[in-house]
Amino acid sequence: MADDQVVLLDVLPSSFGMRVRIALAEKWIQYEYKEENLLEKSPLLLQMNPVHKMVPVLIHNGKPICESLNILLYIDEVWPHRKFRPLLPSDPYQRSQVRLWADFIDKKLLEGVLGDKLYYGGEKLGLLDVAFIPFYCWFYSYETCGGFSVEAECPKSVEWVRRCKDVESVSKSLVDPLFVFDYVLQLRKRAGLE
Amino acid sequence: MADDQVKLHGSWVSLYSFRVIWALEIKGISYESIEEDFLYNKSQLLLQYNPVHKKIPVLVHGGKPVCESMIIVEYIEETWPHNPLLPRDPYERALARFWVKFVDDKGPAIWRMFKSRGKEHEKAKTESLEMLRTMEQHALGDKKFFGGDEIGIVDIAFGGFAYWLGVVEEVVGLKLFEDQAFPRLHAWSNDFKQVSVTKRNLPDPHRMLVFYKDVREKLLGFTSS
Repeated sequence: MADDQVVLLDVLPSSFGMRVRIALAEKWIQYEYKEENLLEKSPLLLQMNPVHKMVPVLIHNGKPICESLNILLYIDEVWPHRKFRPLLPSDPYQRSQVRLWADFIDKKLLEGVLGDKLYYGGEKLGLLDVAFIPFYCWFYSYETCGGFSVEAECPKSVEWVRRCKDVESVSKSLVDPLFVFDYVLQLRKRAGLE
Repeated sequence: MADDQVKLHGSWVSLYSFRVIWALEIKGISYESIEEDFLYNKSQLLLQYNPVHKKIPVLVHGGKPVCESMIIVEYIEETWPHNPLLPRDPYERALARFWVKFVDDKGPAIWRMFKSRGKEHEKAKTESLEMLRTMEQHALGDKKFFGGDEIGIVDIAFGGFAYWLGVVEEVVGLKLFEDQAFPRLHAWSNDFKQVSVTKRNLPDPHRMLVFYKDVREKLLGFTSS
C-alpha cells in the first residue's frame, strides 16, 4: 500500500470532487491533485473517462474510477480501516438505506433524515455527510442568486454544517463559498446573464 | 437473519421487478411474490413500505423493506454472498457499478420514447441510440456477458432494458436495436435470454405487447409514432 499511486482529476469548485477530497482526507490517503480545465479537457481525462469526460476521476495505480459516489464506495472498500472505521456500515440493511439516501441526495436536497443525530452517520462523519456537505459551499451562491436563506429554510442543516466544518478533513477540503460565488459570477457573465 | 422470510412486491410487467427476481433466483432464495397493480391501484402495504417513491419493486426481508431495484440487488448480494453477482476485486466492482449507474441513468430514455411524440420522442430516440452505442463500444469488450462467463450485476441491470426495448419497438413501430449496428450487444442479448434463470423468468411477449399498446393508447390516444 506504501507504493500506491493515487491521482485525482477534479475542478476546485466541484461539489462532487469535494466529496472525494473529503473521503481521501478522512482516510489519510496521499494523492496528487490535478486541476482540470472543463473548457479544454486534458488528454488524460478523456482517456480515463471516455464515456462521460467528467470530473472527478480517481486514478489508483493507473486505473480510473469515475462517478463520485462510486469513488467513495471504492475508497471505502480498498482502505476500510484507515482512521478506525469505514464510511459505510457493515450491516447489509443499513448499507441499503445509506445507498438509497445517497441516491436521493444526488437528485435533491433533504432535511428530514438527520433527525436528532449529530451527523447522518450517527456519532461520526459517515458516507452521507461526506456526500452532502460539499453542497454547503454553494449555499451562498444559491442564496445570493436565488434570493432565499438556507438558515431560514433548513435550520437543522445549518447546525449540522457547523459540526461538519469542525472536522479537520472537511474544513481542509471545503472551498471558500466566496470562491465558488466568484466562479458562478464568471459563468453567468459568460452566459450573458450579468 | 438470512433465513427470515423474503417477500417481493412487484409486477409481471416491470423490468425493475425482474432484476430482483433474477438476483433471487441466481442465489436460490425462496421468496413470496406479491403482484402489485403499480399503474392504477397501489396497495396500502406498498405505500407503507415505500412512502418516498411509492414504486415497485420493494423487497421485504424479515419485515424490513428495501427499495430501488439495483439497491435491492446489492442488498441481496451482500446478504447472500454465494453465487456472487459482483467481482471480488475492488476495481472491477467499481467498473461494474459504473455501468449499472449508466444503465439506470440512460435506460429511461426508452420509456420517454414510448410515452411521447414529436420533438420529445425524437430526442428520446437519439438518447436511446446513444446509450446502445456507448454500451456496444465500451461496456462489453470481448466477453460473453458483462459479468464474464456468467451473468453478473451489469447483465441484470441491462438485461431488462434490452428485452423491454424489443416490445417498445414493436408498439411504437420503429427499430433501434439493429443487429448490424450492434453486433456485440445482439450476441449478448441472445445469450442472455438462453441463461436458465432468465429463460424461466421473462414475461410473455404477447401479453406484454397487449399491455403496452393499451398503455400507450391511453397516454397518447394512439399507438404508432
